[in-house]
Amino acid sequence: MRAGHLCRLAFAVAALPGLIGLTHAAAKADPAADQHAFQVYARSQFPAVPLADFGNGPYAVNAPMRKQWEEIMQFPPYDFALDEGKAAFEKPFANGRSYGDCFPNKGIGIRQTFPYFDTATGEVVTLDLAINRCREANGEKPLPYQTGLIASIDAYMAETSRGKPFDIKIPDDPRALAAYQDGKRFFYTRRGQLNFSCASCHVQAAGQRLRGDILAPAFGILAAFPIYRSDWGSMGTIDRRFTSCNSQVRSVPFKPQDKAYRDLEYFLSYMSNGVPITGPGARP
Amino acid sequence: MPSTIRVRAVAAGDSTDVQALIQHPMDSGFVKDSDGKLIPPHYIEVLTFEHDGKVVFTALWGPAVAKDPYVKFAFKGGKSGDDLKVSWTDNLGKSDTSVAKIMG
Repeated sequence: MRAGHLCRLAFAVAALPGLIGLTHAAAKADPAADQHAFQVYARSQFPAVPLADFGNGPYAVNAPMRKQWEEIMQFPPYDFALDEGKAAFEKPFANGRSYGDCFPNKGIGIRQTFPYFDTATGEVVTLDLAINRCREANGEKPLPYQTGLIASIDAYMAETSRGKPFDIKIPDDPRALAAYQDGKRFFYTRRGQLNFSCASCHVQAAGQRLRGDILAPAFGILAAFPIYRSDWGSMGTIDRRFTSCNSQVRSVPFKPQDKAYRDLEYFLSYMSNGVPITGPGARP
Repeated sequence: MPSTIRVRAVAAGDSTDVQALIQHPMDSGFVKDSDGKLIPPHYIEVLTFEHDGKVVFTALWGPAVAKDPYVKFAFKGGKSGDDLKVSWTDNLGKSDTSVAKIMG
């Protein structure tokens, strides 16, 4: 109900300047203002949750789940993936170079800067994409997305970045702004037979139950990736979450690392600026 | 190869609390892969914990146990600094062993 009122209010406010200067209002994107509004709303939904805790998703907003999680974390289920990822990350390719050579600071403690907008190629580059481009540049086959070794490497890179707040920048480039706008549109667009948008569950209904699950707030949701989901029984990357979310609302998912998903990740990570990386995470 | 066994054993009073996590596919033999072929059975049959030359816990597992199984139990005895030996054997004859120190 409360969210419904807010929506109507926002619509009424937005409609006024829209009438006066329709083209002007539509062309002007203001990511910083969007981010501020997004964060203020999330914090007002969960006033008791400290900023740093938003990276812990459902456990930040539900005490019984948090208790179970704390027990699980005595033996984090992603531990084996972390070992595998570290070993793969440090093992040189056939040409003697390694993953570290493809990234700033040798790939350590940089998760919070992904995804970034590459002004040279004019597209959003996610960590998964960067990992596979690194492999290809060194004569290795790209890894399949969503799970397996790529998730393990993600896990290791995230683990070295724990505690570092998301620091996503939108450069002064119309293409970057367009990517941001596309991601934003994706997030708020209803899709699938169930006619849900990302925001329906992760903004409007955040903290509530969806059957047995507690919906994590969108604010900070990507800080925990990659995740070990008990439901999956394995690790999953952001792609895996996006494709399964899309399937769950009965829409046809995009391909992993499709432009639509990269832009969505760009928008969502930018909205979460300031939330420290907690990945890899464990989710039910 | 990194160990497939994670153990945490803590001595508390006259008993020791043990938790362990084991990395294993635990394939039941009834699941098909994406090509429709059966994934052959591959599961742990025996898991044992030894303290001071004596078996303190035995688990007879089978195809119904979940992947990457977790086990928790307590036994009488054990003190800080003692060794706790964990080993498993599966239906393909593979095995792994790990020795952990009991914490105080």
